[in-house]
Amino acid sequence: MRSNTQASARVETPDTAVVRGPGDVEVWLSVNGAAHRLAIEPRVSLLDALRDRLELTGTKKGCNQGACGACTVWVDGERVLSCLTLAIACERREVRTIEGLADGQTLHPMQAAFIARDAFQCGYCTPGQIMSAVALLKEGHAKDDSDIREWMSGNLCRCAAYPHIRSAIRDVRDGKTGD
Amino acid sequence: MSPAIGGTLARLDGRAKVSGSARYSGEVPIPHLAHAVLIGAPVANARITAVDATEAEQSAGVLAVLTHLNLPKVAMQPSLLPSLAGLAAPGHTFFPMQDDTVHYAGQHVAVVVADTLERAEHAATLVRIDYDTTPPVTLLEEIKDQAYEPQKIFGGLLPGRQVRGDIEAGLRDAEVRVEAMYEFAANHHNPIEPSTTTAAWDEVGRLTLYDGIQGPTSTQLTAAAFLGVPPAQIRVVSNYVGGSFGSKAMVWPHATLAAMAARHVGRPVRLALNREQMFTSCGHREQQRQHLTLGARADGKLVAVRHHKLSLTSHFDDWAEPSLQSPAIIYDYPNYEGIYRLGRGNINTPTFTRAPGEATGMFAMESAMDELAERIGVDPVELRLRNCSDTDPATGDPWSSSGLRECLERGAELFGWAGRDPRPRQRREGNWLIGTGMATAAYPHAQPVNPQRARARIYSDGSVIVEAGVSEFGTGISTAMTLVAADGLGVTVDQVRFAGGNTDMPNITAAVGSAGAGAASAAVHLSVTALREQLIGMAVADEQSPLHGADPAAVVVEGGRMALRDRPDAGETYSAMLQRKLVPDVEAIGNWIPPAQDVGHGMHTFGAQFAEVGVDAELGLIRVRRMVGVFAPGRVLNRRTAHSQLMGGMLWGLGQTLLEATRMDARSGRWANASLADYLVPVNADSPDVVVDTVEVHENVVNPLGVKGVGEIGVVGVAAAIGNAVYHATGYRARSLPIALDDILSQAS
Repeated sequence: MRSNTQASARVETPDTAVVRGPGDVEVWLSVNGAAHRLAIEPRVSLLDALRDRLELTGTKKGCNQGACGACTVWVDGERVLSCLTLAIACERREVRTIEGLADGQTLHPMQAAFIARDAFQCGYCTPGQIMSAVALLKEGHAKDDSDIREWMSGNLCRCAAYPHIRSAIRDVRDGKTGD
Repeated sequence: MSPAIGGTLARLDGRAKVSGSARYSGEVPIPHLAHAVLIGAPVANARITAVDATEAEQSAGVLAVLTHLNLPKVAMQPSLLPSLAGLAAPGHTFFPMQDDTVHYAGQHVAVVVADTLERAEHAATLVRIDYDTTPPVTLLEEIKDQAYEPQKIFGGLLPGRQVRGDIEAGLRDAEVRVEAMYEFAANHHNPIEPSTTTAAWDEVGRLTLYDGIQGPTSTQLTAAAFLGVPPAQIRVVSNYVGGSFGSKAMVWPHATLAAMAARHVGRPVRLALNREQMFTSCGHREQQRQHLTLGARADGKLVAVRHHKLSLTSHFDDWAEPSLQSPAIIYDYPNYEGIYRLGRGNINTPTFTRAPGEATGMFAMESAMDELAERIGVDPVELRLRNCSDTDPATGDPWSSSGLRECLERGAELFGWAGRDPRPRQRREGNWLIGTGMATAAYPHAQPVNPQRARARIYSDGSVIVEAGVSEFGTGISTAMTLVAADGLGVTVDQVRFAGGNTDMPNITAAVGSAGAGAASAAVHLSVTALREQLIGMAVADEQSPLHGADPAAVVVEGGRMALRDRPDAGETYSAMLQRKLVPDVEAIGNWIPPAQDVGHGMHTFGAQFAEVGVDAELGLIRVRRMVGVFAPGRVLNRRTAHSQLMGGMLWGLGQTLLEATRMDARSGRWANASLADYLVPVNADSPDVVVDTVEVHENVVNPLGVKGVGEIGVVGVAAAIGNAVYHATGYRARSLPIALDDILSQAS
């Protein structure tokens, strides 16, 4: 790469972190409780690391600009946009993706509610919607419909299943098991 | 007779979609995969004078840089025909990187292939291309004086001019006239999954394309034509598609470029468009202007309609979305003139965008109808009822089915329309001015022209697999076809697996123009009924069967058991018969030949839309508070998924009305807001609860099960219903979409 020579210079001050890259470096990621060793460039986003290196393609790439929410995952329990997060910045953190939401063969109640309420059509935004929806309940941002509408508005659904997404979130909030 | 059809079966692919295991076209694991990145021209009207790829080619991991200088020429250019025809279906009559001309900004000028996506993206920034530029032409305003009347539009399928009666006399004699100009911003589909193709050649020259597309066959035939490779050597796989809305209805060059890049580097290649490229690489709803004049009697009965439209198209195609078709036949009036005019600019060819044509044309028609209703003091619903036609006004033929009156009446009832005070600015809740509006919805019923096929096979344990090469892009087609197969064969839903998604399966057309469910259900129905006849035939011919010697027509099947209609105790299951006869499986092909073009019936889908808005009197903010839509789409195969699709369509209409506009920077000739942060689509907070209902109509013309489809009709009329509600709330008559807050403020203060 063009910047190979110039960027590898190391600044010799005691309190400066070690420079890694720009070529492939070893990165350890803990995803859904499993540790993975990757050889990736530091510029690789968490989203591309999940999709292209770990074959965890449940996390979706809709815009790669932080505008659509399809890439929503949890890092240390907080929802983040994995397209705007570098994989290397997630070392020593716990990443949770849609593939890690079910309990074995038993779907998470939010996953089941999305099916029961037909809260998706093409399904491409769905993993991000579900990761946001579960976090929303934990954050206490689903008190009423206007709350849900506002706090779910970072996840675009072009099929416009929004009313059904709200129904699914209400069902899980209220402990209902579908209709 | 139809215990499964019309039910509410949950999506059978639901589990795969909510658990993240559904693999879309860019997600299929392929060893040794390389990544391709497209470079789009940053200028809109230019010649390429120099290409310097040296630095890019030397960048780490780079396998190739392809430009017009080294990309092979395509074998042929197939003509632009809607993919419903079942033939090759290129999105435009053009293939990039064949010469040094740039016709529009974003046109593909190079493909960079590297071993990782990051390295390909970086190397793409290192390719230096010099341009000799000319000022571009990209706005309707710039071409309006050079516009021409095309012979045909829409891939040659529709005439540029349609006339009936005497328009001049009709308008002259009308007692009331409403005349207005309507402006429409360009729109982009923006499915959340960007178009992606993964291409892999094998060692004997056969190609597999994993492509996000509305019909795998269209990619197969289009790539075959461009590449000069027999279609039999190309397999297209499209298992899951992350939304389309028309952007994946036609086959755009990136699919073929992925194959060319893979052949060039000798490795499988994945080519994904980025979000910005989605605005320049797969069409759009064109910027357009419509001039509409209604002539009516004093009682509101229409006598004449003149509807002219001006569209901005590309250098190489006469494309306009067919906005004039539904307004021309929605009501009964004798005099009509519809004319399309086009101007060419430095812009990609527009394409199908959900409710292509009707979303705009019916906004004009139904906004004008609202003005007419107010002018003559007739209730808007009543005005529509007075103008409903029992026959197709263009031909005089009866409708295959209509249901428009029922939709209007049922919608009014569900919405609570009765007793509405028609005067604007009468209802206020705090700062919010409240208004209600309605409109008619209509969408022409399109038919495939070529035979549609499916294959059904039953195993001796009674399990059934039915296959047809459809793709699943959110319509719920696999779930609906499972219902169709179960009913036709007389088995339970859980005995049937429906599979689609690749070109090895029986050929079926791309699901476009709301024709997908009709075509697929016809083929599936015929395949399972043929299989059933075969099985019954085996039983009555078998001396060991309780049905031996029976009249096949007297045999009914339920739950996989054949029995005499009059003597239910005499019978046996498919499975028992096949096991006794040591037959492992039985298979049948269904081959549906669509009716000829002239079926002696008008074929159209109808509906009615109602909306309530609140408009902030000081800020001009518009909030849609509730919506009701009632439709008559013929047979509904799966109520659950059909209603979801109609609801989604209605919210698409909300987006078209209030949010969606792609704005051109005329100086650079580039879209100014090509991102999901700047091109606004409805979000959860924009979307009210929606009531959807369907009315039953007797439909036996369009296809064996009477399915007219639900993909588009939900969008149609929403913009007018909301616009009319905004007028009712504020007194501001919207004639430009999307409705801008400052328009409201300047009028409503």
